[in-house]
Amino acid sequence: MEIITFKDVYKKLGDKQVLNGMNLTIREGEIMVIIGGSGEGKSVTLKHIMGLMKPDAGEVWVNNECVSSMEEDSLYKILSNFGMLFQYAALFDSLNVRENVGFALDEHTDLSDEEKNRIVAEKLELVHLSNIEHMMPSELSGGMKKRVGLARAMARDPQILLYDEPTTGLDPINADVINNLIIELNEKLGVTSIVVTHDMQSVFKIAHRIAMLYKGKIIKVGPKSEFMDPEDPVVRQFVRGEAHGPITDEISSSVLK
Amino acid sequence: MLKPITALGQNSMRLLQRTGEISELFIQTIHWTFKSKPRFRHVIQQMVYFGYESTPIVLLTATFIGMIFVLQTGYQLSKFGATIYAGGISAIAFAREIGPVFTAWAIASRVGASIAAEIGTMQVTEQIDAMKTLATNPVKYLVVPRFLAAIIMLPILTILANLVGILGGWVVALTNLNLTTQIYFSNIQDFLEPKEFFAGLIKTPFFGMLIALIGCYQGFKTWGGAEGVGRATRNAVVSSTILIILFDYIMGAFILALWK
Repeated sequence: MEIITFKDVYKKLGDKQVLNGMNLTIREGEIMVIIGGSGEGKSVTLKHIMGLMKPDAGEVWVNNECVSSMEEDSLYKILSNFGMLFQYAALFDSLNVRENVGFALDEHTDLSDEEKNRIVAEKLELVHLSNIEHMMPSELSGGMKKRVGLARAMARDPQILLYDEPTTGLDPINADVINNLIIELNEKLGVTSIVVTHDMQSVFKIAHRIAMLYKGKIIKVGPKSEFMDPEDPVVRQFVRGEAHGPITDEISSSVLK
Repeated sequence: MLKPITALGQNSMRLLQRTGEISELFIQTIHWTFKSKPRFRHVIQQMVYFGYESTPIVLLTATFIGMIFVLQTGYQLSKFGATIYAGGISAIAFAREIGPVFTAWAIASRVGASIAAEIGTMQVTEQIDAMKTLATNPVKYLVVPRFLAAIIMLPILTILANLVGILGGWVVALTNLNLTTQIYFSNIQDFLEPKEFFAGLIKTPFFGMLIALIGCYQGFKTWGGAEGVGRATRNAVVSSTILIILFDYIMGAFILALWK
């Protein structure tokens, strides 16, 4: 069943047409990985799903509700269905791990402190961390920050998890820990996961389906087997990480112009 | 030929746009102040930072301004043999203008700057977006407590500044102007009616609102990493300093016309 749909979405930021008639459908319970070069609008896509950005034209539907035309008050109500892991975790500097992970619980529930502490410990356990509730974000390593960020995103048992470049800036071992967590959370809890990344090793490990974003449009979407040896020269150059090909030719010709 | 006109037009548009955005932030702040019960703990935290921790700089500034003001006034008055009025005149100036404005300036540079830097850093590191994804409105969580703390603490700090300013002046009156304690204070009593004191004090919650709103606004508008945070901090201090003196003039003139 479809859970998220982009219908002809256009978005311009400054002079750049970031999304240029984007169409995409994401199914419930799958891990969809959106790939594309830097500045191609991957993070912008995630922000549209959560209603943090509104399209200039087109619609974004989540759970049969049009988030792109939703008023802020109604949007805040449906945001509890979402969790998002940011590129650099975006933990609140002034709050400790307990307060970060339990932020949504403290703000939106009337649970007792014991109950909230129990949930925080349980979410930390999910990302294989324990007894770090008192630590401040500045005391954590990059990998730990991401795991705490993931625990925070999980705090209210969301239906949909969004990951913005989850492995960027991590060493290969920590990157793989995060990859395993993405798979584990999807399998154990059945959450729909949307991952944007350009780390191809991670893509082939975690994806059920892959979509490639290029020039503001999805140029190919399909199971990962179709991306192993793609025919489309643009997709092939990106997936193989080649310095020469249609993508780079386009960039150099536009620079020469 | 057209360049200066274009620049003038662009700057005017930018000024209008900013005024509109700050007004919108103000309306949202009022909306969230009444819509959601403000977290008492957060307001207290901000009051401590805004007020208690700013007390030393306010006291120090006010003491020296009080001293220099009485010294200069006394020197000028001595030419007419009217030194005894130094206390009264200085006290009125302090209560009506100097106390409120200097306190607001001190707070704008200490607290306004740090609000802009803190929220600006949160903005560039996506913490503001993260807050929204956790279904929490940043205006409600970040602006409301700072706004309320500013409204409560600025009048209290101004009262303190007025008191220590008068005390600073008293030291100078005794040591440099050869006045007695009795002359100094009875002259202040003759001049300084309660309405003078309140005419100054009534402006301070508005100065507090300005400092908190401008600091938060500049923070939310931050872009471009560490350089952007620096820019936001500078803009917050510069614009709140100018707006404080502008509001002071408008309100001062209004109060004087209404309540001579």
